[in-house]
Amino acid sequence: MILMREVQMDLISGEKLEKMTSMEKIRLILDKVKNGKIVVLESGLTSDEEVRLIEMTMSEIRVDEFSGIEIESYPSKKEGSFLDRIFGRALKGRMTVIGPANQLRTIEKDKYQISTKVSVGD
Amino acid sequence: MGIFSSLKESLGTWINRIFKKKRAKIGLYGPPNAGKTTLANRILHDWSDGESFGAASPIPHETRRAMRKEGVVINANGSSIELDIVDTPGMATKVDFKEFMAFGLSEAESKKRAKEATEGVIEAIKWLDDLDGVLLVMDSTEDPYTQVNVVVIGNMEARKLPLLIVANKMDLPNASPARIKAAFPQHAMVPISALEGSNIDNLYQAIAAHFG
Repeated sequence: MILMREVQMDLISGEKLEKMTSMEKIRLILDKVKNGKIVVLESGLTSDEEVRLIEMTMSEIRVDEFSGIEIESYPSKKEGSFLDRIFGRALKGRMTVIGPANQLRTIEKDKYQISTKVSVGD
Repeated sequence: MGIFSSLKESLGTWINRIFKKKRAKIGLYGPPNAGKTTLANRILHDWSDGESFGAASPIPHETRRAMRKEGVVINANGSSIELDIVDTPGMATKVDFKEFMAFGLSEAESKKRAKEATEGVIEAIKWLDDLDGVLLVMDSTEDPYTQVNVVVIGNMEARKLPLLIVANKMDLPNASPARIKAAFPQHAMVPISALEGSNIDNLYQAIAAHFG
């Protein structure tokens, strides 16, 4: 008999992310990832939020429990629009995939495509 | 009295601007094993009193505490810049102690190193708030699209702080600085070998131009 193992993947809309504070987003991501889920953010995180996510991830790493995250997004676009620059608006994040470091592995990444493999735990 | 003290202050500012060396606090960032400490040691060797930041090692996360050297004066292209250089621990999104055991460290040593490495990453992140610019060191034999590179670049762009990409390890046969340039075309990039010192003068010229 073949046992099928499953991985949950949560795709979170840009609309939902827009309504959340940075801390709420980071907590949501880390809680899901620590529970073995793969999270895809439609509109990604700002660069500052990504740095804070890495910072919190580091503080939550525990031997034999949680070794960190795999996170991949595309490089930011070259410049914001003229109005973004005039008003000092931050560049928006781009689609981002985040998962447990021991399950999500990036195979290949370039400007236009991110290929990942998800391994299913025992 | 107020006018005189104000004039004196303005004059002082102008004299400082004309005669004082340009000064900047720059951080060396990048993934573990990109060669940050080797480059930091090379800069000190070339421009300081021969001190070093610390040992480099093939085992990732050898640098687990940020280290700063003040007053390193670099002269290039007829200009002079005084740098405070911060060598930061390698940035990572994951730290697994088993990775260190593969290099022959004991389980206890590996776990200790992993704990210190996570603290080092946090320290490197905290330093981002206190810098005038960043030298982002990449291993040019590796894929440049790592999230650490993407995050550091995005962060510097958001802060509107100068960033210079250093494509290190150009001495290795499979090095491809062109791949780094193609990945981040909006930023200046200098290929070097920190270990051998190749092209290092071009880096010093770029540092003086970028951070001066």
